[in-house]
Amino acid sequence: MMIDRRSVLKGAAAVAGSAAVAPHVRAAGEPIKIASIYDLSGGLEGVGKPMHDLLMMAVDEINGGGGLLGRKIEVVSYDSQTSVQVAAQYAQEAALKNKVAVAHGGITSASREAMRPVFDRYRTLYFYDTPYEGGVCDRNIFCTGSTPRQNTDRLVAHALKAWGKKGYVLAADYNYGQITTDWVKKLAKDGGGEVVGNEFFPLDATNFGSTISKIQAANPNWILTVLVGAPTISFYRQYAAAGLNSKIPVTSTTFGAGHEELTLKPEESDGIVVCYNYIQSIDSPVNKAFLKRYYERFGKDALSVTDLAMSSYQSVHLWAEGVKKAGSLDRMKQIEALETGISYDSPSGKVSLEKSTHHAIFDTHLGVFKNREIQVIESYPQQRAVDTEEVCNLVKKPNDHQQYVIKVK
Amino acid sequence: MAYDVVVGIEFLYAIATLVLISLGLAVIFGMMRIINLAHGEFLVLGSYAATVATHRGVNLWIAILVIAPATVALIGVLLERFFIRFLYGRILDTMLATWGLSLFVVGILTLIFGETTEGVGTPEGVVAIGPYTVSIYRFVVIGFAVLTVAIVYGVLRFTRLGLLARGTMQNPAMAEALGVDTSRMYAVTFALGAGLAGLAGGILAPVSVVFPTLGGSYLARAFITVIGGGPAILAGTSAASFLFGIVSQAVSFLTTQVYGEVALLVVAIALIRVLPRGITGRFFRGSL
Repeated sequence: MMIDRRSVLKGAAAVAGSAAVAPHVRAAGEPIKIASIYDLSGGLEGVGKPMHDLLMMAVDEINGGGGLLGRKIEVVSYDSQTSVQVAAQYAQEAALKNKVAVAHGGITSASREAMRPVFDRYRTLYFYDTPYEGGVCDRNIFCTGSTPRQNTDRLVAHALKAWGKKGYVLAADYNYGQITTDWVKKLAKDGGGEVVGNEFFPLDATNFGSTISKIQAANPNWILTVLVGAPTISFYRQYAAAGLNSKIPVTSTTFGAGHEELTLKPEESDGIVVCYNYIQSIDSPVNKAFLKRYYERFGKDALSVTDLAMSSYQSVHLWAEGVKKAGSLDRMKQIEALETGISYDSPSGKVSLEKSTHHAIFDTHLGVFKNREIQVIESYPQQRAVDTEEVCNLVKKPNDHQQYVIKVK
Repeated sequence: MAYDVVVGIEFLYAIATLVLISLGLAVIFGMMRIINLAHGEFLVLGSYAATVATHRGVNLWIAILVIAPATVALIGVLLERFFIRFLYGRILDTMLATWGLSLFVVGILTLIFGETTEGVGTPEGVVAIGPYTVSIYRFVVIGFAVLTVAIVYGVLRFTRLGLLARGTMQNPAMAEALGVDTSRMYAVTFALGAGLAGLAGGILAPVSVVFPTLGGSYLARAFITVIGGGPAILAGTSAASFLFGIVSQAVSFLTTQVYGEVALLVVAIALIRVLPRGITGRFFRGSL
């Protein structure tokens, strides 16, 4: 076919005509895009994959119930490869290229703090669903993971009561580990005890011999670990090999978040005390129904549901509730709807979003590892992110865009 | 006093681990000048081999000492025959190829085993030193390190195979002129290096958790030790392990592990600056 002026004009008119008509035709059935940016390789995939899987499960449940605002949700998944640079890059792509309605993602605080300014700049709503050190104050983000006052409080209180006054802290050497260590020191002191020593580790530390010797020399009543990074799980094995896990009990803010117990022998993890928003053995009808659906979907040999995976799941549902209330995908309308005290009946209990901090209010449970399962010791209803409430007020300062490093005095 | 003993044991253990993880690379890089960026993965393969064997009911020691090195040596032979031999003399290409190999191995391991594999528990229990308890396996590792160095020395120095290997590495043209099958020597030497890496992986499996990306934690230190050690593969690796092990452990004990790693790196940089050919480029020259 010869390309002459007439055919070009005809073609252009056809395209212009369809372009004028098509958007209205497309928009009605066009899916809502959301982004999932989790580490699916590179070291943190043990944590990232379950969070991603449960996000997909929540999305499928919403789509199965008719979708959101009459449209299906489509997930654009990115593997941030346990790299902060890659996470930031994908955040930009999600915001600019895919123009997602919301992004869920980030595991380490480092990756969150790399992505948050990107989502701020490109005005894309962001949900950070992983437990962290608290203090993020930004109207564009909702942090639905637990903060130190929602779990570390309970761990330290339990340790002081059950085991003794002297503690020792082992923490990963970045902001989460450092801030949590400060909190433990303060909480121990407030509770009449003290932290007799603490140590920081790189994320790929494998030989803990010197640490174990130092712990023995300091002779604490308990140790609290804030270890992140798969190689550091060797610590628990070496600790047990030195015969210490029965002599100096362990409590942890992170153990179990990535099925670490499966890489150890049961004896090596028995007795470790943790505090999470979600523990699979929670006895409630919502949880039982959820677990039935979970094992149907992923098979009866699927790994247990971790607190982080549940956080991902319930956050998607929370966001969906917000969108339903807003009736629109406009970012500010979504934010305003989510600030009206949206709540969701999750397998972990009732979860709601708090207006002035954009953090979550939920139940927390103290549990102990036995034979690779966590048994609930005690439950605390509707815990608030008190630490972040003390520094952040988005009602008074809605243009706040920072993370407060909570000065633990 | 008891604390000093414990600290001393930890020093020896750190040196022993460095020796074990570096020896395989010392053979492959030191003798064959192949920059093997998949060395960490050889270690991990050894760990997995030992773990799988133990879970299948094989005795732990056989799994660690026989199955782990044999498996990785076999993989080494296959790799050498079908992959590495085309890259002799092409240093940059070897780096790229072995880097790709390491990614491939990590992917395969993740596919087969997933991210969470139950490892091997640490055997042997504890011994009390004063008020402190130390895992007996630490001594076992130190013992194995010494034994491994001794055996490699014995093979290289006193056996015909060792003689042929050393000759081939020193002067392949002359060795070939004298009737040595050099291409078979390359395969054997590569297999030896791979086997040593597998052995190290097996020995270290009971003290760490086993997962596909574990290799990355060991690769940097192995290279630093081998390069810092210099051309003499046994004397150099031992000397470098001694130096780096003591420095990093001392600083770890005085401060934290983070600074211990930093200290190791600073000493390595200083060493290479002062002795560009490594420790045995200047001292212990001419030894194995």
